[in-house]
Amino acid sequence: MGAVDGFMYPNEMELQWSILIVLYPFITGLVAGAFILASLERVFNVQAVKPTYRLALLTALAFMIVAPLPLQLHLGHPERSFEMYLTPHMTSAMAMFGFIYLWYLMAVLVVEIWLEYRREIVHWWQRSTGLKRFAYRVLALGSSNVSEDALRIDDRVGRLVTIVGIPSAFLLHGYVGFIFGSIKANPWWSTPMMPVVFLFSAMVSGIALVMLMYVVTTWYRKVETDMPCLDTIARYLLYAFLIDFALEMIDLLHRIYEADESFKTLDFMVHTRLFVSQIVLQIMLGTVVPIGLLAIAPLVRRTRSRRALYVVAGVLTLIGIFAMRWNVVIGGQLFSKSFLGYTTYKLQFATREGLGVAVALLILPFMLLAGLVHVLPPWPHAPRERA
Amino acid sequence: MPPDRREFLLQTGKLLVLTAAASTAWDYVVAGEPEKAPDYDATKHWWAMIIDVEKCIGCGRCVQACKAENGVSMEPYYFRTWIERWEIDPDDPEHPHVESPNGGYDGFATRPEKQGVKTFFVPKLCNQCADSPCVQVCPVGATFLSPDGVVLIDKEYCLGCRYCIQACPYGSRYLDPTTHTADKCTLCYHRITKGLQTACVEVCPTQARYLGDLKNPKDAIHEYLRTHVVHVLKPQMATHPKTFYNGLDGSVR
Repeated sequence: MGAVDGFMYPNEMELQWSILIVLYPFITGLVAGAFILASLERVFNVQAVKPTYRLALLTALAFMIVAPLPLQLHLGHPERSFEMYLTPHMTSAMAMFGFIYLWYLMAVLVVEIWLEYRREIVHWWQRSTGLKRFAYRVLALGSSNVSEDALRIDDRVGRLVTIVGIPSAFLLHGYVGFIFGSIKANPWWSTPMMPVVFLFSAMVSGIALVMLMYVVTTWYRKVETDMPCLDTIARYLLYAFLIDFALEMIDLLHRIYEADESFKTLDFMVHTRLFVSQIVLQIMLGTVVPIGLLAIAPLVRRTRSRRALYVVAGVLTLIGIFAMRWNVVIGGQLFSKSFLGYTTYKLQFATREGLGVAVALLILPFMLLAGLVHVLPPWPHAPRERA
Repeated sequence: MPPDRREFLLQTGKLLVLTAAASTAWDYVVAGEPEKAPDYDATKHWWAMIIDVEKCIGCGRCVQACKAENGVSMEPYYFRTWIERWEIDPDDPEHPHVESPNGGYDGFATRPEKQGVKTFFVPKLCNQCADSPCVQVCPVGATFLSPDGVVLIDKEYCLGCRYCIQACPYGSRYLDPTTHTADKCTLCYHRITKGLQTACVEVCPTQARYLGDLKNPKDAIHEYLRTHVVHVLKPQMATHPKTFYNGLDGSVR
């Protein structure tokens, strides 16, 4: 164990939670963030971001389907995970994940997407033949009622679901933060700020992802980018980012000023083992730079340059938020709870919890999204073309 | 005075009866239900341990006995109990030198004595907390506090999510590489429910460990706790450990 500096309790040398557990808050954060952006349009009637409404919902769904996979792969006994539904231990912060997940997936996302698409699904059902016809018929749940009255009800129910959905999205990711924030044994995690920081960083990452997906899909479809839409999303991203950054700085200042028994150990860790991922990637490249880019973007008149700025800012944001998840999950395990030593995380490649699986799990939602976009095209003005 | 015949017969008789009771209890232990043994009522006990830091010589026999008794993996290096050697320089108490080579399994190599440095051994194990964070966080309740005050794990039920390992402030838990479930000291539950000592207590040559029953008014633990300055690890965690240390330096974490 040459990777250990100082003293670790003997059982601490191996890290318990791997890169897969880094992916878990990263992916659920993207879900919550994408959904909150979609809800802005629906509940607060922000017309400018309308072109991304459906894309944001489908993005949220694609990532939501993948969200439990890294957890499942990580368990020592994946076949027992269903026990969390059957015999949840009520005092456990983790026990509620399955319920919150299912609630969010089935009661919010799927219902909202279905209501949003129902008219088109019926339309596609009636226009297509064979297997496709059958598939759309199943999706429409056999009902072809798209009368004015029915659609008005759809709209009202959809609005209600969104209103329920916003606190649900907050719950989903605030809850993920709580799983870490409530561990009193670990001073790096244990802070009531954790759920709030997770929530705002989720909004940041989700908005950045939808912004990028919008640029990529317009480029792929060779259509004009709706710049007012992009500008509005970028502005929301900036606001969310400023709040997120402020919260993280409050947390940091509080830790520095309070300087409790763990401070010297954690401070040393941030300046050594976490320096690249925390200071360089998360704070500088992943936060300060994109905030700067988003702030100067409105001054750039040329559309293409501005869009390029947004893309760079979006990519850096996603890297920064991923680094943040990494620093929370991995950073929280690099120091000994005796505060007397440090260990190293050895990321492997071709193992069950290795880098290969992590990369695959990050690609998977994009493949799902491609499939979803194919079945449920989110472009309202470009009806699905058929061969 | 040598024991008389009457005394001898009495002692031998007691021993025979106890052995018979222990073998009956063993059937229940093997069946995985030690608490149902007819001669053991879990509600009548509340187990605790005393560790006398001043008596520990760091020989490592408790670590060896624990691994042998409980089948704890030799490699990778996991421990249900381990020993730490602390060296504290009074001029620099913030930076103690602490080591636990192979958990103290092979004892400790002698180090050149440094003038004015305080050196001592600290045996560690699961603290059997009364308000245990590991029990609190288990998503399915696979880890639980038994009626007699021992934190146990149901290996048939544990998901292997490792949340309990993260929640333990003392580093007492690990994931068993053979069963892929959480594991830790059970206070030799299979032994203490038969009226036996834990393996570590049994083999300690200096009697640095003592297994006590806080619900037994006749147990010497009450007198010990009353007459010694005892301490628990990380009391600020409010986990209310039932492993008490005598002569523990305040800087030990």
